[in-house]
Formats: sequence, C-alpha cells, structure tokens
Amino acid sequence: MGQISLDKVTKRFGDVSVIPPLDLRIEEGEFVVFVGPSGCGKSTLLRLIAGLEDVSDGKISIDGKDATGVPPAKRGLAMVFQSYALYPHMTVRKNIAFPLRMAGLSQAEQDKKVNAAAAVLNLSDYMDRKPGQLSGGQRQRVAIGRAIVREPAAFLFDEPLSNLDAALRVNMRLEISELHKSLKTTMIYVTHDQVEAMTMADKIVVLNAGNIEQVGSPLELYKAPRNTFVAGFIGSPKMNLITGPEAAKHNATTIGIRPEHLGVSPTEGLWRGTVGVSEHLGSDTFLRVSGTGLGDSMTVRADGEVNLHYGDTVYLTPDMTKLHRFDAQGLRIA
Amino acid sequence: MARAISRDRKIFNTVCAWFVALLIFFPILWMILTSFKSEQDAILSPPVWFWFDWTTENYTEVLNTSSYFLHFTNSIIIAVGSTILGLLIAVPAAWSMAFVPGAKTKDMLMWMLSTKMMPGVAVLVPIYLIFIQLGLLDTRIGLVIVLMLINLPIIVWMLYTYFKEIPGEILEAARMDGATLRSEIIYVLLPMAVPGIASTVLLNIILAWNEAFWTITLTARDAAPLTKFISQYSSPQGLFFAKLSAASVMAVAPILVMGWFSQKQLVRGLTFGAVK
Repeated sequence: MGQISLDKVTKRFGDVSVIPPLDLRIEEGEFVVFVGPSGCGKSTLLRLIAGLEDVSDGKISIDGKDATGVPPAKRGLAMVFQSYALYPHMTVRKNIAFPLRMAGLSQAEQDKKVNAAAAVLNLSDYMDRKPGQLSGGQRQRVAIGRAIVREPAAFLFDEPLSNLDAALRVNMRLEISELHKSLKTTMIYVTHDQVEAMTMADKIVVLNAGNIEQVGSPLELYKAPRNTFVAGFIGSPKMNLITGPEAAKHNATTIGIRPEHLGVSPTEGLWRGTVGVSEHLGSDTFLRVSGTGLGDSMTVRADGEVNLHYGDTVYLTPDMTKLHRFDAQGLRIA
Repeated sequence: MARAISRDRKIFNTVCAWFVALLIFFPILWMILTSFKSEQDAILSPPVWFWFDWTTENYTEVLNTSSYFLHFTNSIIIAVGSTILGLLIAVPAAWSMAFVPGAKTKDMLMWMLSTKMMPGVAVLVPIYLIFIQLGLLDTRIGLVIVLMLINLPIIVWMLYTYFKEIPGEILEAARMDGATLRSEIIYVLLPMAVPGIASTVLLNIILAWNEAFWTITLTARDAAPLTKFISQYSSPQGLFFAKLSAASVMAVAPILVMGWFSQKQLVRGLTFGAVK
C-alpha cells in the first residue's frame, strides 16, 4: 500500500501553466521530499496528489488504481498542513478522532486508536485541551496524530515545520523520521529547506518552475547534480559556480566546487583572494573570499579553529576529483 | 503611544454620549409613560411627565379587546421561520461564495445588496398579485417567504463575511479526513462560525419582527403579527394614544428584552472581521 504514480500530470490556472507535463513514481514506504524555491509548484503538486486541486491533464494512480477524479476523502491519504489546520472548537481527543468519526467507527474503536496515537505522540496529558491551549510543537503533534489514526496509504506533509522555532524544528524533524521508520508508510514531504530534504529523504525531487530538475537520493544529488540549478540548490553553503576562462580550462562552460572541497592556505594555492565576511559556527568557519578574479566571491568551509580575519590574503585550491563540470545548457558533463 | 485624553474632555464626551443615548431612548420612554396614563392625561397640553394617576387599564383593555397572543405568536413564527428558512438558503450560498468563488461572485454579492436599496413599494403590486394567485394573502407561510427574501441579502452578506475569516485549510483538512461536503459544513464550518451565525440570527429576527410595510399590507387578521396589531389602534374614529402606547409597549417589549440580553453578541457579531 502507498505506491503513487503521476503520469503526464499537468496543472494550469487559466492560461498559466504551473505544472508542465510531469511523470513521477513514488514507491511504497518511501520518504520522498519535494524541494525547490518558493513558487516552484511543489505545494501545488502535493495538492494535486491529495485531490485538493484538480489536474488539468494526465493521470494520478494510487496503488495501481486511477485516482485522478477521486475526491480527497476517498484517496486514502492523510495530510499535515503548514498551519496545522486543527479544528479550534474541538478538543485534542476530538481532533484526532475526527477522521475515525467520519469513517463511521464505533466509539470503542475510536477511543482505542486515539489513545494509541496519543501515546505514540506524547499527547496523553493534553487530550481534553483545545488547540488554542497548546504550544506550536504540541499542535503539530495533534495534526500528525489526526493523520496517523487513519492508517493512510501515504502521508502528505506540506511544509509542516515552517511555523516552529529552530530548536523545535530539529526535534520534530527527528520525530517525523522516527515515525516513518516505525510506520513504514509512504511519506511525501514538501519543504523549501534543503537541510530538511537532505536529512529526512530517501528520495528527493528537486523542482523548479513546475519542472522536475532531478530525482535521486540525497547523496546522489549532492555528488552528481544533473544541472547548475540542482548544484546550486542542494548543499549548504551552496556550491561555488565559476564561468569564463577558468571553466574553459576544464572544457566546460561552468565549473562547480563545493565550499567543503576547497583547500585554504595563507601562503600558497591556485586562486588568490581576500577574506571578506567570516561566519564562525564553532565546528566550522565559512569564509567569503573575494578578489579571486573568478566572478562572484567564493565560499569556503574551513576548520572551526582557522585563524583568518577580514582583509587577510588567502590562497584557495580545489579538490580536482570533486570538481563538477557543466555545459552551455547548464547540464552536467560526465 | 496611546493618545492622551484630558479629564475635561472625558467629562464632555460622557455628557455628549448620555445626551445622544437619552435622545434616542426618549420616544420609548414617552411611549412607556403614556401607556400608564388615562386617555385624558395622554393628550394634556402641556404634557404631564411623572405626576399623573398611574393606571394599567390600557393594558387590560388592549388584552381584552384584541387578540394580542395571536399576533404575538404570529410575530414569533414569522420572525423565527423567516430566519431559519433564510439560514438554510444562505449558509450554502455564503459557503460557495467564500470558499469556491467564481469570476462573478463579487458582482453577485453587490447585486444582492443593491436589491436592499430598492423601495419595497416598487414591487408591491407584482408581489400582491402573486400572493393572490398562490393564495398566500394573510398566511404565515406567505409572510415567512417574503420576509426571508427581503432579509436574505443581509444574511448572505453577514455569513459570507464570517466564513471568509475561516481559514480554507481547516476545511481542506476536513476533506482530507474523509468529511463529505455536508459533514464539512455541519461539523467544522458551522461550529467555527457560531458567533457570526448567532448575531446574524439575532439581527434577522429583529429586522423581521420590526418589518411593518409587508406585514401590514399582506395580512388581514389570521397571519397578522404585532405590527398590524399596533396599526389597528391608529383608527380613524379617534386616536387612543394611551391604548396605542400600551399596544406598542407590548409589541416592542419582547424584542427589546431580547436585544438587551444579546447586545454583547450582536455588537461582537457586527464588528467581527473589522479588526484582524
């Protein structure tokens, strides 16, 4: 249960094409993350799978059955929204029980499933509270609880952590990953945060302007980005992209080198530059080096203890085995 | 920084507010006083204020000579009936306008509101003829329908405003949770819109209760509500101010009391959505 395929799925709003014909296959039990910049169509794609938007063309199948015209309630999917979308007039218990009530389950069955979900999500002490009396993290747990009691074919998450503070976001990220490990249910997760994508996904789908730029495991995307968009989007800090004569030396229009694959030395190296802003994170230091003559300033990931300051002259040396080459269309050269 | 208001200014504002409030309340006060006077005292010039022989004979006579309770029952049936019928039509209409708006939704809302600007008398003849044809003259059901139609634009507009404030994602969540359209409206939308619906109901009952033009024109006796009951006392044989006042007090008292107890709800409902 939980295999989803999209076959030439298209979405148009009036004359504007938001999702051009798109094919995608999501295997049973996979954790798939849709990632891309704002407005790239990732949420629209999720809503098309959910049935909250009608497809303009193409076919969506869930577990081999055509679900294109099936209403959201009948698709057997559960969704967690960015705003949590809890029912404010119902207690936590009633919120979680709502899908079961709609499915016509007996009160005893409802209680059993709701209590089990509450125990998994540490919500047992808050069952009689209303959503307004809960913290952001607790609300998010209620939203997840409401989704898991349905025992859906797949979970759909629409930027579920974006309203939480940084610390809570990390915790919830782990909780969702653990939930996926224990439930083994297909999960589709939309985010614009590539750290979430890299840490949680089995498979990442990188979207740009409605198009799928690349599909692959986090490490595949990191090691072999298919084009300059994916190269620039996946990885933090982002990859340094260099054009011009330096790229031509490598028979490419653009070359890319990740900040962690650049060696930095105060005395010798391939490219000479000047240290600009440096960000000390403790474990690492991110240096912005300008004046290399390679176009934009370069980002370097250096050791946390590095003793370099604003205005210092440094030399950068790329690890040639980790260099990425792209042609005039921005596509990877093997 | 909050705007500082001087003490003198506060006193001045309070006096002005009381003056306006008393000005608005004066006709009601005068009506109540007159209802306890004899007919002779009621027409004295200059008028007597509080020092007259207080009597309840007007109330006794009004109750003995007319069918107050029939009119009272009619008023309740017509006001409540038209409100319930209006809600049954307006809730789905406002739902569709708020959550699945079309290209012409705004125009339709404006058009609905514009019908409220049309004088009722302009459609009196056609409606009267339709009522004769359908045998609806002097029937409660006829008045329920007419008053529902008259107030429908306001009900739809008010509900539309409240529904617009409800995040669409919550209704989508209900859809994902397996709710049908009916369940979505009954279990999620309506409970969330309770404050708005309550003030819509209250306002509509007040409007329907006070409506005089159609209720007087389209009724004779059987379906006549309290508005007709009052108008019977302004007879051509001579004005009985004291009895007219007693009848008026009895007609407006129920709605006045209801309005008084629900004023918080009404104000909250009417200003709902004004400040986000």
